[in-house]
Amino acid sequence: MIETPEPDLRQQAQRAGSLSMTGSVATRALGVVAIAAVGVMALLALWISPPDAVQGDSVRLMYVHVPSIWVAYGGFVLTAFASARVLWRTRSGAGGTYGVIADRQARRWDRVAGAAAELGVLFTALTLVTGSLWGKVTWGTYWQWDARLTTTVLLFVTYLGYLALRRLPAESRARARRSAVMALIAVVNLPIVHYSVDWWRTLHQEASLNLEPGGDRNITGEMYWTLLYSWATFTVVALWIGIHRYRVLRLEELAEEASLEELLAQRRDEQAAGR
Amino acid sequence: MWREIWLVCRKDLIIEWRARVTLIQIVPTVLLVLVVFAFALDANPSLLGEGAGGLFWVAVLFGAVLGAKRSFDIEAEGGNLDALRLGGLAPAAILWGKAAALALQLVLVGAFAAAGLLVLYSVTVHEWLLIVVAGLCGMAAFAICGTLYGAMTVGLRSADTLLPLLLIPVAAPVLLAGTRAFDVALGTSADQGWSWTALLAVVLVTYIAVGWAAAGPLLEDA
Repeated sequence: MIETPEPDLRQQAQRAGSLSMTGSVATRALGVVAIAAVGVMALLALWISPPDAVQGDSVRLMYVHVPSIWVAYGGFVLTAFASARVLWRTRSGAGGTYGVIADRQARRWDRVAGAAAELGVLFTALTLVTGSLWGKVTWGTYWQWDARLTTTVLLFVTYLGYLALRRLPAESRARARRSAVMALIAVVNLPIVHYSVDWWRTLHQEASLNLEPGGDRNITGEMYWTLLYSWATFTVVALWIGIHRYRVLRLEELAEEASLEELLAQRRDEQAAGR
Repeated sequence: MWREIWLVCRKDLIIEWRARVTLIQIVPTVLLVLVVFAFALDANPSLLGEGAGGLFWVAVLFGAVLGAKRSFDIEAEGGNLDALRLGGLAPAAILWGKAAALALQLVLVGAFAAAGLLVLYSVTVHEWLLIVVAGLCGMAAFAICGTLYGAMTVGLRSADTLLPLLLIPVAAPVLLAGTRAFDVALGTSADQGWSWTALLAVVLVTYIAVGWAAAGPLLEDA
């Protein structure tokens, strides 16, 4: 398979330079939907949904805590999938070369992986913060060396490392492939985090929703629907932020290449003037 | 392929035999970690005994980080990786050869650490077979993971600081499952020791699969 080179970089860079925002009509519409959905979610979570018989009002944190980790899982799985695509598109037999990635698809998947991992880290941090607040109310302490808490922190640190690796200066192909391998190893931790409450004696409660066929629900009624709605809302918000991050990553790449192109053009002009 | 793997593994082991870095530096560091834990826990024998399984794996994980770093330091100098590839060796053979050599060195480190547990923490082993099988699975998993991350960070200016940050969290499944299996083998837990060993084996197989897929991408760009 022959790699398709990016279209004229200078042209793209000029386009990028003329863009001061990452928004488009579609993302603005998505943004409005996301903000409205968050408003409705606040209404559902804070007023309409009843307090829990045991946990009282602290159960309302669940509407942020649980959907955030679901979205974070989704982000990490997407990172792994996009990374597999990067490795596939840049494999040696596909005409891969050293240096900059020429294949447009590979570059896109690399940006998807980066944006999805950032979202995963952001939403994992939100999960840890809300979980910690919930722990203070319920357990009387912000932190417990509980299996799920510990494995979630490890997941968080793993992907912080992944983002650190992505930021190291390197040729784009080497960086993308190296990060892709790490994403594929890191995703192994996901099932361990998820099933830690079943595998270890733990303070953390069992999963709120059992998605297996015939599985029991630990919550019902308004709480159940509010939780599902919150998950949908968080997914829309994540999608909105993710698209913007993807475009920021693309603009960064284009700006980087544009500055190189400009320097080269300047050098050529100087040489021409010197003759 | 097997012959190439053996060649790389033998090369690393010969270098280790001549330099004796594992024996002179990594093994003492791991034993030192066990001693320092005793300071940290105020040499409380009951606490040390209860946590012996976990402390063993933490100490060996530190050893694995050092071993992985060392394994690629010897290749970074003078562009040895390029030389190996120019010599016609397949990237997968280089990676698996290095992983095999690191695994053997970690088995040595683990043996010393286990002796350290017996002597320093006065633990009693109830299931030797479980210790051996879980230990070998864990060492192999650490070695593969360490080699992958060593290859990932080789030649980077911040490799020294980045490698532990990347390797320790990713190796956590091995640490957790290994600890549980050892707790059972040492009689400090009534859990299902072999189930945890099976989980270790699953993680090991996953790392092997990722290693096969990743060898080319990592070493072509290293």
